[in-house]
Amino acid sequence: VRRTVLTLLATVVGLVVLLGFKTSPTSAPTAAASAPTVPGSGSSISSSGSSSSGSSSSGSSSSSSGGSSSSGTVTGSAVQTRYGVVQVKVTVASGRITDVTAVQLPTDHPRDVEISNYAVPILRNEAIAAQSANINTVSGATYTSDGYTQSLQSALDQL
Amino acid sequence: VTLDVGIPAAVVRHAEHVMGTVFSFDIRPNGTAPEDVQDALDEAIQWLHWVDETFSTYKPDSQIRRLGRGELRLEDCHESVREVLELCADAYRATDGWFDVMHGGRLDPTGLVKGWSIDRASAILAAYGLRDHCINGGGDVFASGSPAPEEPWRVGVTDPHHVRQLLATVAIADQAVATSGTVERGAHIVNPFNGRAVSGVVAATVVGPDLTHADAYATATVAMGAGGLDWLDRLPGYEGLVVDAAGNVRHTKAFSA
Repeated sequence: VRRTVLTLLATVVGLVVLLGFKTSPTSAPTAAASAPTVPGSGSSISSSGSSSSGSSSSGSSSSSSGGSSSSGTVTGSAVQTRYGVVQVKVTVASGRITDVTAVQLPTDHPRDVEISNYAVPILRNEAIAAQSANINTVSGATYTSDGYTQSLQSALDQL
Repeated sequence: VTLDVGIPAAVVRHAEHVMGTVFSFDIRPNGTAPEDVQDALDEAIQWLHWVDETFSTYKPDSQIRRLGRGELRLEDCHESVREVLELCADAYRATDGWFDVMHGGRLDPTGLVKGWSIDRASAILAAYGLRDHCINGGGDVFASGSPAPEEPWRVGVTDPHHVRQLLATVAIADQAVATSGTVERGAHIVNPFNGRAVSGVVAATVVGPDLTHADAYATATVAMGAGGLDWLDRLPGYEGLVVDAAGNVRHTKAFSA
């Protein structure tokens, strides 16, 4: 008989991201904003080897392995949500996400601002913490992260 | 470029926007060929979109909406619709009416469909030999097998009062974790007996053998309010925790801390 083990936490623990990390090398990261789009289904899939293809070769970029540098800033697509347009920017240094910031957020209604104010920090933490967290996933009542996640995904897809 | 995300080799992740939320897959192929993994994932994703088309309460042409309007007879619906409604009826009985598919006179099996669709998606992956995977649909999780030998899946549970923090972590294998709440997206859980939005209990997390039931029971536990945890404690095979408006956390007795 299985015993379910519950650990009550006293302090903040990183949340885990809900995103896929694309491996196929595409364009180098740029800070160009894309035109507003409503992405369809399907984002990305990746087989993430354990630091397989030179995550340490951050500076050299000998153009043999990936082509694209793993440092820079990428702006995701502007995603239309039922609450308004959401767009995020991802900062990556040496192959690791160091920050995720909002470029555009819904501000039409007080409720939107409220949602944005709490959703963005959570998601930023999720994205950053995903790289070191000792948890696999997070259960919680759904928050309005769809547009944010899509925009973030589209930014990651450019890496 | 491969982002070093600090996870063991051979992890396939995918995020899919469907049913108004994000579904994420974490698959550990353990030797399964990449083409087979992709086929399995494609089939699982196609399934989720089909469920959305069929069961959506937002899409006027979904079978659920047409059934609700009386344009479609139950016997003419897809067999999955009948299956889901039977599961809903079971959940209604098991929860003494606290899980109810009728909301304000409208047919709405949403509280069970998402969990059910994830259980079925998990079965699709397993049919391809992908036993070790974890699927998260908008915060409801089913974890099959294990992420690594001798290691459970660890699922964080968000604190509804401090959404940047985790309240707990649950270690599971072949189990589901569902969380329902009243904070996010406004109070969306209604007391089926008086039609009013639930207050008092802010969130409930239920751990059980499958997500179909855990999802429905989490919704019912919140709707029950103060008595929810006691009900859950009496339910064989299910564990959970409840957070009230004051931030107090209570969990079922067998949940070992």
